[in-house]
Amino acid sequence: MAYGEKVIDHYENPRNVGTFGTQKEIKASAEIGVGLVGAPECGDVMQLQIKVNDDTGVIEDAKFKCFGCGSAIASSSLATEWLKGKSLDEGLEIKNTEIVEELSLPPVKIHCSVLAEDAIKAAISDYKSKQ
Amino acid sequence: MGVTLPMYLDHAATTPCDPRVVEAMMPYFTEIFGNPGSRNHSFGWAAEKGVKIARQQIADLIGADSKEIIFTSGSTESNNIAIKGAANMYAKKPAGQSGRGHIITAIHEHKAVLDPCKRMEKDGFDVTYLAPGPDGLITRSMIEDALREDTILVTIMWANNELGTINEIPEIGELCHEKKVVFHTDATQWVGKMPTNVKLDNVDLLSLSGHKIYGPKGVGALYVRRRKPRIRLTALQEGGGQERGFRSGTLNVTGIVGLGKACGICAQTMDDERERLLVLRNELETKIESALDVTQVNGARDRRLAHITNISFGFVEGESLMMAIKEIAVSSGSACTSASLEPSYVLKALGIGDDLAHSSLRISMGRWTTKEQIDYAGDKIIEAVQKLRVLSPLYDMHNEGIDITKIEWAAH
Repeated sequence: MAYGEKVIDHYENPRNVGTFGTQKEIKASAEIGVGLVGAPECGDVMQLQIKVNDDTGVIEDAKFKCFGCGSAIASSSLATEWLKGKSLDEGLEIKNTEIVEELSLPPVKIHCSVLAEDAIKAAISDYKSKQ
Repeated sequence: MGVTLPMYLDHAATTPCDPRVVEAMMPYFTEIFGNPGSRNHSFGWAAEKGVKIARQQIADLIGADSKEIIFTSGSTESNNIAIKGAANMYAKKPAGQSGRGHIITAIHEHKAVLDPCKRMEKDGFDVTYLAPGPDGLITRSMIEDALREDTILVTIMWANNELGTINEIPEIGELCHEKKVVFHTDATQWVGKMPTNVKLDNVDLLSLSGHKIYGPKGVGALYVRRRKPRIRLTALQEGGGQERGFRSGTLNVTGIVGLGKACGICAQTMDDERERLLVLRNELETKIESALDVTQVNGARDRRLAHITNISFGFVEGESLMMAIKEIAVSSGSACTSASLEPSYVLKALGIGDDLAHSSLRISMGRWTTKEQIDYAGDKIIEAVQKLRVLSPLYDMHNEGIDITKIEWAAH
């Protein structure tokens, strides 16, 4: 299938790839929230990590890893870009439809944007549960 | 030396026409345009002569008599005529009733076999869908265990289109002849690549397609055995009674001439071609397996067509892998470009987990595939998998010793 320009750009130059440590270290760290959504058998798994400034409540950094198609990679890459500098509440306002619009995702790829929104919500809720 | 991109490594999907085939076809569009059914003038005779030569070329390639070749539009039609035609002819009870007879096939057959079988199920036949072992093979003993008193038809493909694995066709055919059961094989991927003798291999009905063997699309053939035993079929299509009544309709003379020429070329070149491609395929597999961990070649390694390999790359997803090697045309085991997100049912049939089934590529080489191309493709695939593994949370987990099958994933 043909991908949009922005999907290809994020796929070829994904932003903020990585993690803030091993799964164990991440679990132990109070300043980091993790969202791990999707399932290998569905062909998509997204891992989104946010590092939050305890004093200001601002997401200072975000990193992702993604097992999935080009649109899933682009959606999670875009999510990290949008999250940086946002407060937790602002982060929760990111909607999958905005991701669809920004990346011009076709209807069959809308689930990728839904997954990215789920990952954001999961990461923020994980951070909150650690406080 | 550079290679030209995009590069075509999807010959199990279709092949380009051999220029010699095109050349043979050309006069039949314009000069020799007659209807071979016109028995009373020279235009018809000329066309009939072309068809006769082609029929012989096809028969020679598979060890048949030319009278046993029925021209069709391709393997899908051949499979439909064979399966529906044999089931209806040898039915134990008339249409409209149940218990009309038993058919044996396998779950990882091509849809062009499975769907006609499902149709026969609706029409009152029982169908057994055999599951292969992890090697993807269907053996004589599997058929033996599934046979019943009322079995009328066995249909098993010669070589699998996604894996290249080779089933025990001569052995199954022998069993079917012992039990007096009609035996059909979809040999679309096999014919023209491997020596074939329908007589010695005990095949009653065989489907083949032009476009898989460097011939034109839209033409194929069905071999229908005439002796020991003589196979009868109920025709699906009615009309002018061409092709011994099995397949009415004016013959596609240009296509048939092309198919014949393609078969003639295969007969001469397939042994050398097979040996050459086997070397390339083995080099590619060795290279990939030595560079990448958690990678597996799917299907029985020592019983495969030489030009096909199907490889799963753990922890990377097939569609993104295809995107990373977008200038190399291969096939993905995962059909998730459709909305269904379904991993290949063929790989699933081998018991390969959904995660690995989502991560596989079928690479199929052809007559003009070069060592340079395979070297390039191998490097690109390795590079792409490495790049995607840097992105993959599952590969991280694997390296940290976490068993991803033990995680409770929230399926969406």
